[in-house]
Amino acid sequence: MTLPLPGVLEAVQEAARAAPTAAAEGVVRLVWLTVALPLAGFLANGALALRRPEAKRAVSAIGAGVLIAAFGVALAVSASLFAHPPEAPIVVPLWRWISAGAIQISFAFQVDQLSVVMLLVVTGVGSLIHLFSIGYMREDDGYARYFSYLNLFVAFMLVLVLGASLPVAFVGWEGVGLCSYLLIGFWFTEEANANAGKKAFLVNRIGDFGVLIAMFMLWWSLRSLDFATIAQRAPLRLQAAHGLVTAITLFLFLGCTGKSAQIPLYTWLPDAMAGPTPVSALIHAATMVTAGVYLVARTNVLFAMAPLSSAVVAGIGALTALFAATIGLRQYDIKRVLAYSTVSQLGYMFLGVGTGAFVAGMFHLVTHAFFKALLFLGSGCVIHALRHAYHATHSHEDAQDMRNMGGLRRYLPWTFALMLLATAAIAGVPPFSGFFSKDEILSAAFGRGAEEPLWRLFWAMGVAAAFLTAFYMMRLIAMTFLGENRTGEREREHLHEAPWIMTGPLLVLGGLSVVGGLLNLPKLLGGSPALERWLEPVFAAANRTAPLIMPEGGTESALIGGAVLAAALGLFLGWRATLARPIRIAREAAPDAGFARVLFRKYYVDEIYDALIVRPIVWLSRLVLWKGVDQGVVDGAMVNGSASLARGLGWLGGRLQSGQLGFYVAVFLIGAVWLLRAVTR
Amino acid sequence: MTQLLAAIGYPQWILHVLLLLPLAGAVPILLGPVAAAKRTALVVTLLEFVLSVGLWWAVDTRPGTLQLTASVPWVPGWGINYAVGIDGISLAMVLLTTLLMPLSVLASWSYITERERGYYALLVVLTTGMLGVFLATDLFLFYVFWEVMLIPMYFIIGIWGGKNRLYAAIKFFVFTMVGSFLMLVAILALAWTVAGRTGEPLSFDYAHLLANARAAAGLAPWLFGAFALAFAIKVPVFPLHTWLPDAHVEAPTAGSVLLAGVLLKMGTYGFLRYAVPFFPGVAMSPWVTNLVIVLALVGIVYGALVAMVQPDIKKLVAYSSVSHLGFVMLGIWAATVQSLDGAVMVMIGHGLSTGALFFLVGMLYERRHSRDIAAYGGIARVVPVFSLIFSVVALSSIGLPGLNGFIGEFLVLIGSFRVHPVATGIATTGVIFAAAYLLWALQRIIYNRLDQRENETLSDLSPRELAVLLPLLAAIVWLGLFPAPVLERIEPAALRYIEAVRGPMGLFQVSQRAAESPR
Repeated sequence: MTLPLPGVLEAVQEAARAAPTAAAEGVVRLVWLTVALPLAGFLANGALALRRPEAKRAVSAIGAGVLIAAFGVALAVSASLFAHPPEAPIVVPLWRWISAGAIQISFAFQVDQLSVVMLLVVTGVGSLIHLFSIGYMREDDGYARYFSYLNLFVAFMLVLVLGASLPVAFVGWEGVGLCSYLLIGFWFTEEANANAGKKAFLVNRIGDFGVLIAMFMLWWSLRSLDFATIAQRAPLRLQAAHGLVTAITLFLFLGCTGKSAQIPLYTWLPDAMAGPTPVSALIHAATMVTAGVYLVARTNVLFAMAPLSSAVVAGIGALTALFAATIGLRQYDIKRVLAYSTVSQLGYMFLGVGTGAFVAGMFHLVTHAFFKALLFLGSGCVIHALRHAYHATHSHEDAQDMRNMGGLRRYLPWTFALMLLATAAIAGVPPFSGFFSKDEILSAAFGRGAEEPLWRLFWAMGVAAAFLTAFYMMRLIAMTFLGENRTGEREREHLHEAPWIMTGPLLVLGGLSVVGGLLNLPKLLGGSPALERWLEPVFAAANRTAPLIMPEGGTESALIGGAVLAAALGLFLGWRATLARPIRIAREAAPDAGFARVLFRKYYVDEIYDALIVRPIVWLSRLVLWKGVDQGVVDGAMVNGSASLARGLGWLGGRLQSGQLGFYVAVFLIGAVWLLRAVTR
Repeated sequence: MTQLLAAIGYPQWILHVLLLLPLAGAVPILLGPVAAAKRTALVVTLLEFVLSVGLWWAVDTRPGTLQLTASVPWVPGWGINYAVGIDGISLAMVLLTTLLMPLSVLASWSYITERERGYYALLVVLTTGMLGVFLATDLFLFYVFWEVMLIPMYFIIGIWGGKNRLYAAIKFFVFTMVGSFLMLVAILALAWTVAGRTGEPLSFDYAHLLANARAAAGLAPWLFGAFALAFAIKVPVFPLHTWLPDAHVEAPTAGSVLLAGVLLKMGTYGFLRYAVPFFPGVAMSPWVTNLVIVLALVGIVYGALVAMVQPDIKKLVAYSSVSHLGFVMLGIWAATVQSLDGAVMVMIGHGLSTGALFFLVGMLYERRHSRDIAAYGGIARVVPVFSLIFSVVALSSIGLPGLNGFIGEFLVLIGSFRVHPVATGIATTGVIFAAAYLLWALQRIIYNRLDQRENETLSDLSPRELAVLLPLLAAIVWLGLFPAPVLERIEPAALRYIEAVRGPMGLFQVSQRAAESPR
């Protein structure tokens, strides 16, 4: 019989090469450069790391240069797209990747309104952080290795963002996880750092399991893994609110909880602060951890069809926002406060996309990238200053513990001013960027509450989290910059502002944190929601399936007023409570007691996971499976059974050890001849 | 290229030359001076590799049937022929073997210092055995090659192995002999029964037996059982795997590489080529299917968990093989285009990455004479190139997309999902455990504090060692990014397998499923 397959293959390939719209074609096709440039930087810096690690100037030039060039390309691509906004995504196929029966996956990138937003954030914020790193990492031995990893990260992040199909995006998805692992464990000689890297990778793998299962289900139900095709076919072939689409989206979301550090898989992110601070800014605040939000936005049609999953997304988001914020109240490590803050803010984004407010979720993703990157880089300047001071005085204090800081506004005035801006932004003080994006999410949640009361609860949790956010952020500012300095008499003289290559990027991010709200000004304030209009084609279908209900008029004003009030109250109380009593330096501080201790120990979740999951698995593997089953049952029985056999064969062994090789060859040849003879006779 | 090869008659002689060249090469190795043995072996295996590359173009894999077939009567009275042929699946296995051979010789360069002539002679004879297993199209010849391959490996472990080499060699020998003896009985019984029932003369010809295996229907469960046992030991399928960790630990580097890289694949190859297509009624019966799937899952999860707690690096890699080969078994029994393409890709990918892992462990062992994970730590600073390559290889074994390991695993899982969704879900947890054991090992070997003085003076990879690893590294990256040409060569043979297993209707359904897909 003949196989009808080749014809089918061609047809499938044809379909994979979706025809690009002619208008934006030329420039948009260059989008592969945004990936290729950092990739080339990775290779070049990797080679330098192995061969000439001391060539730091070359490393800086390559490392930051490729990123700025990629940002340039991204700008050109976006401009071209802006001039001719396409109806459907422009797919740029690069090569045939996987071909197995009906599965034909082309390694293709997809440029649309959504992916360029991410493209700009990743390359733009990425460029700033690369520049900052030149100053921050200058004295590190692993300078070249650092930049090669960072370049590689950007390349993978862009594959994630641009991938036209789930498997291609998955290459980026796992690749950024790899880079995260490498950079968290960058100072790998400390076991804690290497552990943190491994933890990040493993926890993310649990999430990736979900993404894989979702892919399998999508393939067998829709016969495609291309995002565009999924969006097209899902409404036709999947039954809305049915078990299948719910399962698919829940498995996808499992992946998101891993990558974007949501309950129950958030525990890796605070530990990830073991990496260099610019890494925390780029990977663990601005870009990689938002990939889960992006994935939900990317597959918005599926989530719109699965109300149950959307409720789970929104609920987990709201819960995480609140839960992580409470832990943030009681941390002393400046980066850990910011880490829990990131977990919490990511929760807002999921509350947004889970509510169906995809634009609001993406909006908060963008503004958060600005102000959280700024906060991390600012904390980097603080740590940099303290580390230098301690280094100069040969002191071994913790340079990240806020109890050792205080009064830094006098020594780091620029950093103080900029971090204050960012704090205002994250706390939701108008008119800074975070105010607009957070408000939009909360309004949408409140609005949905009109139909489904559950969302009123989510909204209340969001407001409570907003209050806590303002509180712990003001606590951070107060402990770090206000009051009296606690760094030490001699150390104090060495405290100074970071070089311009570090403060420069901070200034740019500060500007963006202030004006970022302009991207999507609400109509109420006489603005025009530009981002909403821009992203409209991407989310149109989802919004038709599950329309948003936005509060208007008086309700909207009341909501905004309430949110501002919560923020103001949080800021005020955070400031008062922190400075009410004198703070003792970390070495002399009494341990927390009561609930504060529970918060400081992060509700003991790590300990619980360790006792319930990690240890039992290792115990099971070592004592039951290996020693018990493998060596005891299987081998024990085998060996006992075959012991006599082995004894019988023992004489052969004796020959083996004492004999000459000629003997073995002779035995072999005789055996072979005997075999032949036996057969031919 | 194809025409050029045809012009020099390549398709007519290549398979015979591939089988005979190593045998002939053993003569100068044995008779020449000791110092020349490894050079001769390198020349022979390199030549073998270069010659085999032409197969990529010379074999027309599109029909999915055996190509370049040739048959010469060997024992006419018994209907035994010297008969060889090649399809897409065996093409992949042959190229994997010929690639690993010169690298194994190079890796033995300074590792083997005793009885070099015998060692290298056995190594090249082993090549013939391995290639013969993949190329034979006469079942008796297949059996002969199966044994030919067993004996050199037995000696390589038993003579050049570690402290417990004797125990390991005998264990390996006994396990495999039990299997292969049963297989011989099954082959003879099958041939006799077919001859008796069809009235045709006795024949061991593959196509003939495949077409008439139904004639032995009454015996089918027994025959399948015998074949399956032989192959399952080789794979190895849980609980028949305990010879593997011992053999791996004791074998010299090249022995471990070839064991993992090639010999284990003979088990899965045997299932693909013989056991399942000959007796699809038995193999695909619910009872056997469930048993195999369960054992495959146990292998995947159990192998990974046990690997995680091994203190010995080689044992860790050995148990990881049990896990990886579980994916292959799942793919073979799911019998969809994707799962089969994936199974063969896992066979290739596992050969490359596990082969590379064993090479790397061997290089460490040559420096420190220890395989204990605890003997290392923090060596990334001392040997950065080694650590980099070790990391990439480990990542490919973990199944990081973009490297070769992912392609096979992904295809096996996505292909099996429709047929066995729950089993596939369990198998997919393997990706978590794989990351657990390899990253933990990686951390304890190359990361953490450098706390042992002996490790401070480790030397990084030499040019010779780079020459061993870089080809594998290139293949790992290349197959991860551009697997389509390989997949296309595998697929027609995979479709033949489906046809044999599920019957023409099954294939029709598969094609139908393909046809209803996107437009």
